[in-house]
Amino acid sequence: MVLITRKIEFSASHLYHNPAFSAEENRRVFGKCNNPHGHGHNYTLEVTVAGEPDPVTGMVLDLKELKEILEREVMQRMDHRFLNYEVAELKGQIPTCENIARVIWELLDPKIKQGRLHRVRLYESADLFADCYRNGAAC
Amino acid sequence: MLTGVKTELGRRYRFAASHRLHTEKLSEEENARVFGKCANPYGHGHNYVLEVSVSGEVDPATGMIANLTELDSFVEREVIEVFDHHSLNEDVAAFRDVVPTTENLCIEIYKRLKSFPKAKLERVRVQETSNNSFEYAGENGRENL
Repeated sequence: MVLITRKIEFSASHLYHNPAFSAEENRRVFGKCNNPHGHGHNYTLEVTVAGEPDPVTGMVLDLKELKEILEREVMQRMDHRFLNYEVAELKGQIPTCENIARVIWELLDPKIKQGRLHRVRLYESADLFADCYRNGAAC
Repeated sequence: MLTGVKTELGRRYRFAASHRLHTEKLSEEENARVFGKCANPYGHGHNYVLEVSVSGEVDPATGMIANLTELDSFVEREVIEVFDHHSLNEDVAAFRDVVPTTENLCIEIYKRLKSFPKAKLERVRVQETSNNSFEYAGENGRENL
C-alpha cells in the first residue's frame, strides 16, 4: 500500500458560540474565539489517500482528479467564507478544527473512487490541527 | 456514539534543552564511535518541537475533543516546565541512567502525558531538528503510528 498526500490552503472566518450556553459560559469556554463578529485563519488541509499504484499508470489515483475534488468539495464551499453562516454542513455545530475536519472527511470519502481516503489533517495554525481516520483502521 | 470516523486533536509545543549522548556502559572510545559529536563532554542543545495527539468523542456542546487551555496547561506543567531551558542529563531524573536520545525523550514524554484526564493520548512526536523526528504511541501503540 502506498499513501499519497495533497495539500491545499484556504482562508475562512468563524466564531465559537453555543446558544444553549449563557454569555458568561460562552466566554469562559471559548475565550477570544467567542468574539461576536468572528475572526479568521489560513487553514492548511492535507488529504492522504491509500492504495496500490496502478500497474499501467504507476498512480494510486490521478492527482489532477484529487485536485478537482478538493477544489469542488472544499475550496468552493469554504474558501473566503464565514464557516458558521455559509457552510450548510457545519450548521448547528461549533466550527472547531475537529468538526471541520470531520465534515471534510465526510465530503471527500464518497468522492474518492480510486484508492481509499486514509487521513484528513486540517491545520488551523502551525500549532493546532485535527486528524480524521477511518474508525478501526490502523493510523 | 461509535461512528465510521476517528478524530484526533493535534497540538504543537516547543522547548529548548541540552543533552549529551554518553553512557557509562561503554568505553570512551566506544562512546565516541557510537555517538560521534553528540558525545562531546559538555553537551549541546536543540530547539525541540513536540506534537501531542489525543483522541476522544467530540463534545457536541463545544465541538472539542479536549479544551485547549486544559491540554496546554497539562503539557506546560508535565513537560515544558521540566525540560525547557534545562539539561536533560543533569536536570531530569529519568535520564540519570538512560541516554537522552530523542527516542528515549519520546518515551519519557509519553509517560508524562499519558495521565491527561480529559482525552486519550494517542501518540507523541518529537522533532529534534527539522531533519529528525521520532514518534511513540505506547508499548502497544504500533497501530497508532
